Amino acid sequence: MSDEELERGVTGGQRPDPLATPYRERERSVTMDRVAHGAAVETAEREPDTELFTINLGPHHPATHGVLRLLCTLEGELVREVKPIIGYVHTGIEKSMETQQYWKGITFVERMDYLAYFANAMTYCNAVETLLEEEVPKRAQYLRVIHLELNRIASHLFWLGTSALDIGAITMLWWALRERDHVLDLFEMSSGQRMHTRYFQVGGVMDDIPPGWEAKCREFLDLLPGRLDQYEALLDRNEIWLQRMKNVGVVSRERLLAYGVTGPLLRAAGDPWDLRKAAPYSSYDEFDFKIPVGTIGDCYDRYRVRMAEMRESVKIVAQALDGLPEGPFITTNRKVALPPRHELATSMEALIHHFKLVTEGFRVPAGEAYNAIESPRGELGCYILADGSAKPARVHIRDPSFVNLQALAEMSEGGLIADMIANIAMLDPILGGIDR
Amino acid sequence: MEVVRSKVGPEQSPEDLRTRQLSAQQLLRGDLEGDDLERYVEERVMLTTLEKAQNWARRNACWPLGFGLACCAIEMITVIGSPRNDISRFGAEVVRASPRQADMIILSGRVSIKMAPIIRRIYDQMLEPKWVIAMGACSSSAGMFNNYAVVAGADKFLPVDVYIPGCPPRPEALMYGINRLQDKIAADPTLGWRKRYQAEGTEESPDA
Repeated sequence: MSDEELERGVTGGQRPDPLATPYRERERSVTMDRVAHGAAVETAEREPDTELFTINLGPHHPATHGVLRLLCTLEGELVREVKPIIGYVHTGIEKSMETQQYWKGITFVERMDYLAYFANAMTYCNAVETLLEEEVPKRAQYLRVIHLELNRIASHLFWLGTSALDIGAITMLWWALRERDHVLDLFEMSSGQRMHTRYFQVGGVMDDIPPGWEAKCREFLDLLPGRLDQYEALLDRNEIWLQRMKNVGVVSRERLLAYGVTGPLLRAAGDPWDLRKAAPYSSYDEFDFKIPVGTIGDCYDRYRVRMAEMRESVKIVAQALDGLPEGPFITTNRKVALPPRHELATSMEALIHHFKLVTEGFRVPAGEAYNAIESPRGELGCYILADGSAKPARVHIRDPSFVNLQALAEMSEGGLIADMIANIAMLDPILGGIDR
Repeated sequence: MEVVRSKVGPEQSPEDLRTRQLSAQQLLRGDLEGDDLERYVEERVMLTTLEKAQNWARRNACWPLGFGLACCAIEMITVIGSPRNDISRFGAEVVRASPRQADMIILSGRVSIKMAPIIRRIYDQMLEPKWVIAMGACSSSAGMFNNYAVVAGADKFLPVDVYIPGCPPRPEALMYGINRLQDKIAADPTLGWRKRYQAEGTEESPDA
């Protein structure tokens, strides 16, 4: 076979035609005309000598949301094949955690999915608490819920800003980041850091919320729904936005389940699967909120689902602030949690506990635990294998972005290359979480 | 505090705004002559060297490459996108997608061993003069990820001009780092990195 034929990818019979695969049948209905008329139009038969063209999108590409590399095979402007290539921010977090004590591991997990740091810390702490059979005080559970939901809002706001930027709506970036700064101010007030706060500890949270925090949080909760209305007023009647979103990247619920996709993507396809309802953790069963679902699972549904989720999160935070119980914010078990600072000056026992915890850490009984929570991107699971020492034998994270990325090929193949950018935007992958 | 009020009129000193406006008007009409013209030119014209003017322009139009690596990229986007920070005050908000058009690359996040050759390639594609900011602990020194996967500092494979500590640095820290870089550019655009890295002879043009 000549080089030319190899390059073209089309042969006279020696080599199977890459376009003769089963997906050829499916994508036949997708043409450029779809964009013009908004509905699928039967395309003409492919010219037999149409050239296939392989391009490399990434790892440095402004619209890949991080250092994602996509190997795309194009036929004109139609995407025939997409292969995600990952590993460009592989950080060795899981391996590093095997050399760290349990309480130091929180710092590592937070840096995986860097938009959902509270969710990362939550799933890890929850898994360790399961192994320790440690009860978390009610106030700590509520404080966790408040921060998790604020984190969901911040993450979705960042998604909205950057995704709209990919489609061309640059105003959304300024607007969404303005509101996101409010949330980060709250995080800074309660924990001292804007990002990677390390606020969640095994057995509770680091510190109680400071005076004035609640008022500032309520101020934000009052502000956000109005701002969301403004965003929707800007986007929902924008013809370009609607054309780029509606009927783009449709994947059915069954296919998404087969891939293991969770989170807003699955909910946009009509499946109300949300671990906050399905397997409540941290007192989520005590709050009244709804699970927004879409209808057909296109990009527009994904956008609407996330917007509705932010409104639901506002409700959850408001309810948690209303019903915030009194009590300790971290467990009083001195074998797990540090004693209060003032006790060190008066109590020898407290000093010993403090010294043991800081130098050796706490030992976790041998066993294994898997704990999953609903992060802003889907099911975020943490598996820990404990061997009885103060360091985990193995930590594995089931990151939602990693699993969800599989669906990108099914969303994009057969569509336009511009629609693939919209699909990536609405998929919301975080490469730090994928590569870890 | 005592408030001093003065009347604007022709009897005011030459430094007065109205007087200056009038003399500018006269100059444009060609009515300004003799000593008045001499004084006007002395006041208005500033002499400098071409290099200094060039550095001034470079310093105030330092366009970053739209390049994010990990967590720090979020704070970098916050600096560019958030109205609170607004890096365009310093002329560095024009994010370029192509390395050919960018003056500065902000290494925002951890540099993995797989990514390092790509960053080097992007850096090589940038046109001189070019500057590098290592943002955050990871790209400065691998930070907490002292393991098999992360390059211990981006200065292992390219010259870094400014290091910004933090994990991730606050947006204010990044802005301060960009300001420090601007000060360096204003002082000397070459920054002497070729000497530091023994890279003389790699200039893109003989007179660069």
